[in-house]
Amino acid sequence: MSDARLRILSRLKAAPPRPAPALPEWVPPTYGEGRIERFVAMLEANHAEVHHVTASGWPATLDALLAARGLRTLLFAPGTPLGARLAEAWGDDQRLLPYDQPVEALKPTLVHDAEAGITAAKGGIAETGTLILWPSVAEPRLMSLLPPLHIVVVEAATLVDNLAQAVTGWAQGGMPTNALLISGPSKTADIEQTLAYGVHGPKELMVLIVT
Amino acid sequence: MPDHARPQRPDKVYFFGTCLIDLFYPGAGLAGMELLRREGVEVVFPQGQSCCGQPARNSGFFDEARAVALRQVDSFPEDWPIVVPSGSCAGMMRVHYPQLFEGRPEAARVEAFAARVFELSWFLVHVLELKLLDKGPPVTVTWHGACHSVREMGVVDEPKALLRQLANVTLVENPREQECCGFGGTFSVRQPEISAAMVADKVASIEATGATSVVSGDCGCLMNITGAVDKANKPLKGRHLAEFLLERCHGA
Amino acid sequence: MEPDPDFAGRAHVALGDSKLRANFRRAMDGLMAKRKAQFPDPAAWAQLRARGAAVRARSLARLPELLEKLEAKCRANGIQVHWAETPAEGNSIVLDILKRHQARTVIKGKSMVTEEMHLNAHLEANGIEAVETDLGEYIIQLAHQAPSHIVMPCIHMNKGEIATLFEANIPGQPYTEDVDALTAAARRVLRERFAAADAGISGANFLVAETGTVVLIENEGNGRMSTTLPPLHIAVTGIEKVVESLDDVPPLLALLPRSATGQPITTYVNMISSPRREGEKDGPTEVHLVLLDNGRSRVYGDLELADTLRCIRCGACMNHCPVYTRVGGHTYNFVYPGPIGKILTPQIEGLDCAGDQPHASTLCGACAEVCPVKIPLTDILVRLRQEGVRPTSGAVKGGGANRSAVEALVWRGWRAMYASPLLYRLATRALALVGNWLPAGLPMLKEWTSVRVKPRFAAKSLHQLAKEKGIKDE
Repeated sequence: MSDARLRILSRLKAAPPRPAPALPEWVPPTYGEGRIERFVAMLEANHAEVHHVTASGWPATLDALLAARGLRTLLFAPGTPLGARLAEAWGDDQRLLPYDQPVEALKPTLVHDAEAGITAAKGGIAETGTLILWPSVAEPRLMSLLPPLHIVVVEAATLVDNLAQAVTGWAQGGMPTNALLISGPSKTADIEQTLAYGVHGPKELMVLIVT
Repeated sequence: MPDHARPQRPDKVYFFGTCLIDLFYPGAGLAGMELLRREGVEVVFPQGQSCCGQPARNSGFFDEARAVALRQVDSFPEDWPIVVPSGSCAGMMRVHYPQLFEGRPEAARVEAFAARVFELSWFLVHVLELKLLDKGPPVTVTWHGACHSVREMGVVDEPKALLRQLANVTLVENPREQECCGFGGTFSVRQPEISAAMVADKVASIEATGATSVVSGDCGCLMNITGAVDKANKPLKGRHLAEFLLERCHGA
Repeated sequence: MEPDPDFAGRAHVALGDSKLRANFRRAMDGLMAKRKAQFPDPAAWAQLRARGAAVRARSLARLPELLEKLEAKCRANGIQVHWAETPAEGNSIVLDILKRHQARTVIKGKSMVTEEMHLNAHLEANGIEAVETDLGEYIIQLAHQAPSHIVMPCIHMNKGEIATLFEANIPGQPYTEDVDALTAAARRVLRERFAAADAGISGANFLVAETGTVVLIENEGNGRMSTTLPPLHIAVTGIEKVVESLDDVPPLLALLPRSATGQPITTYVNMISSPRREGEKDGPTEVHLVLLDNGRSRVYGDLELADTLRCIRCGACMNHCPVYTRVGGHTYNFVYPGPIGKILTPQIEGLDCAGDQPHASTLCGACAEVCPVKIPLTDILVRLRQEGVRPTSGAVKGGGANRSAVEALVWRGWRAMYASPLLYRLATRALALVGNWLPAGLPMLKEWTSVRVKPRFAAKSLHQLAKEKGIKDE
């Protein structure tokens, strides 16, 4: 209703002008060499499971971790470097479930069958123990949402201290459809302020930090 | 929280009694003036003073509040500090008088007045550096931090610092010290049930400290708290800080 | 909202419910402690808060310009933008979009603005089912109740009540007070609804003009579900939510979750900038943004009252409010309770409907002390009290609604007494003599003495005693 638009904007523009204050200095916390430690501590405090892995060894480490859980299906993105690496390392492992079609074709599998989903992370934020996900054509959004276990592989070198540092360059570089900041498994305290996990999003978050 | 510039130790001060003290607790006013006088400061009490005007402002009657405010401003003409035995009234004059007169012809005069207003305990601690010698018997007390005293005048620890100087006084901290007692001026009669619930909780929190007396720098709060205590026939006593301090110095 | 200035009446009901009071007291104590733990350093708090307040003030100073920029950027990204002056218009817009898609079921992420609009009721009246998916909202939807807190909607309910609700409403669900079991049941039920829904409706915490981005924060994941699974996503929010750039988001995100629930950050922060792009495999193919005014542009017109619009909906004010703690959210009879409710509701709904709300406060200032964006809550409360009796022309809807000839007379008399030293002296002498004989049943005295003894007038006023003691007058 462009009529409403015009009237709302006219009223706003007719209002008395007011100063736009300068932004006072704000220095968010930094961690220097303690960055990884802070990142891990915050994630673990939020109920995430954290493992330190190597670039060469992580597919095998993951294999062992998931075998110990008896995991049967792992949703992955074959079109990403991470996904390609995993497929190469695991071969024709029956657990691997590629997210290679639109959701409309895969819905029942995504909603009910996939027990875990594995994604990369664009980076991480130490202050709050946060992973930055940048979903794309190759790595769809639902991977980190539908399966009850979300596994993220993040390079330690991509960690920054705080969100203010993280957002630098995002506007210029273009935002994805849905940038995501994830800081733990899904949770709620709505019932008598008692914490419970896995309300709608993943019940578990497993983070593999590559150093 | 305002960060008052500390005035130099003055020879003379004004005393603004507040209307509640005037009508119901004159002893607290006399005690306040005596505490200042003992420190070698000459105290002047202009008879023309009446009320800071807060009730009218808080009810939305700004013109009436302004008329009464100007009466106060005109009653304290000299450039001496104005000491007030109430954080609530002090806050009204220091913080809200300039707001009430913003953009008006009296603005400069009112701002000059407002800048001279100080809450009693703050003044005793920071300007007069009051030292107290306790001559009274052992007693356990707790402090009630009146809302405007804390949040408008920035008075948090000063009264307790004074109480801590008293050797025979055990000051017990109340975790709910800064929770509103429910007075709020006309709130106590506009929303009497909520006010009653708040004062009941305040009394319970004071009783939980084990103190036999509650001390406060604000008579509105005291009237509210002791009023409820007395109605329920409870033994808890309430004292204004000035009266309590003076009593202790004299051995009561 | 029907004219119903009866805060005291509703408070009476709430105060009589000792279980409710205990629930709220415990919950608010917990939230206050959690928030305090997140801001241990006063200097850091002051710095962050100053930044947050300035970000919001700046956004508001440029509101029309930023809204136009936001709209242009959203449109360029493929998000369709709509403007609604009133809740009715907003409901109409949403219904039209849903009808075009032949939507029968809608899943909803938590949105106070859609509650302000009574959107769910409008959709249901038009044959569309709206399912709340935030656990707290889902629970109160089952209970046919309104939320009692803007962040924790069912904070007034305990486990037993919720267990009973679930047993009655979820087929096959046994009675259990085990929180994990209850959560799992909700997850199971709602997962099916997510998968089958034709559309998702969400709110928005911030709108970034620079990039045309909708920022949505949450802990559960239902916001993500609602905005990713269905083929259609409609975001509905107020016009005041826009900020200039992505750089504005970090200080606000540093303030909001800490102030609200004592968390450094919410589990999920979603930044949505477009519908599903070419080649992408999931996400809605159509995204709409509905901007609601509902009186906000009028609030904006008054420089003092406009600070109301800085609010980032953290709920810290109500968590610290001694009145809210005792009466709970339903007493406020509108979407926004607590101190923010007391200043926003009268401005949106009118002082004729909610003129008693600004008076339901002792002006203790606990709210203003914790507001992360420095809204001068107590000053605005007093300003609205003024608008109720001495309105500034056109500033507030329903201005002058509290006008009373009796009250005006009282304050005129008060002024006469207190502005004249002579009258004051006479009046105080008279009160000293007869004040203590005043019957306890008089108006105002009656309310006071219901729980307190009558205040005792001193035999001699301080003025008299000072004179007698020879204390100098000048």
